[in-house]
Amino acid sequence: MRLLVPSIALALLAATAVTVAQPANDAARSVALFREAGKVFESPRCLNCHPVGDRPTQTDSMRPHVPLVVRGTAGNGPPSLPCSTCHHAANYDAANVPGHPGWRLAPESMGWQGRSLGEICRQLKDPALNGGRDLPALLKHVSEDGLVGWAWSPGMGRTPAPGTQAEFGKVVGAWIDSGAHCPGD
Amino acid sequence: MAGLTTLNVNGKALTLEIDGDTPLLWALRDHLKLTGTKFGCGAAYFGACTVFVAGSPVRSCSMPVSEVGAAEITTIEGVSGREAAAVQRAWIARDVPQCGYCQSGQIMSAVALLKAKPMPNDADVDEAMNGNLCRCATYQRIRDAIHEAARDLQRG
Repeated sequence: MRLLVPSIALALLAATAVTVAQPANDAARSVALFREAGKVFESPRCLNCHPVGDRPTQTDSMRPHVPLVVRGTAGNGPPSLPCSTCHHAANYDAANVPGHPGWRLAPESMGWQGRSLGEICRQLKDPALNGGRDLPALLKHVSEDGLVGWAWSPGMGRTPAPGTQAEFGKVVGAWIDSGAHCPGD
Repeated sequence: MAGLTTLNVNGKALTLEIDGDTPLLWALRDHLKLTGTKFGCGAAYFGACTVFVAGSPVRSCSMPVSEVGAAEITTIEGVSGREAAAVQRAWIARDVPQCGYCQSGQIMSAVALLKAKPMPNDADVDEAMNGNLCRCATYQRIRDAIHEAARDLQRG
């Protein structure tokens, strides 16, 4: 599954001449853009570390993380078994263990697993849930954050998130510019 | 490509010729002959290869030598201090090991737990030790020994 840039998404990005794919109004276009971005938000590469609860999942099948690990107070595991026990500065294919210097779970307030795309959208827009980010800060986070970017370079045997981080940033930026409307589900 | 690398292991600076992408585990076992650290799975599931890097527990099978840098590495051969001594006493008193293969990793994780949480409850023990698998299933004895070591430390 590829993020639809260019194709339908570019048609959505172009707020000019009407095309057959053009939604009927700005709110519908905005929702369509978020649904496009949702292909990334709902990728296993993102959802695995956005659990609802204390335990991450892993692999494309999103099975419970083995060994059993928990969130800890800062999202990087308890002091006696931090994520960095196994996950180091970079993916390590020799052990098939993914890595990044900032490896940790998303905050509990940003748990997405089992939530609808509309619910994820409303979480993303709420500074009380998203780490105090306004929409420009949210765009910067998804476009530039290195741990977010890991989703497109996940190492051996893991399906990358669709598209590229740059394309993802363009779609999220267009969604924000179009009013940041959320799906109703 | 192999090159000269210096690792600080158990208080000594040791230089070895090794490919930087080699797992730290094999640098310790094959190059430095520190065979107390065990190979369990090679994928960070088993915990038998646990060592300390800069004081924190690390699965040495999932860390390439190139990432260690100048950090101090402590293996089962070099672990020391109050917590290590208390764990050693409790392990003997409770006769914890069965086959013993996983025990160096279990002990390193237990020491790390007691350094982080001197008086752990059962949930703390489970959280810390979940990443160490024991095929003989001596989990109850491991948990009891950790509690005993904690009480020992409290007594000073």
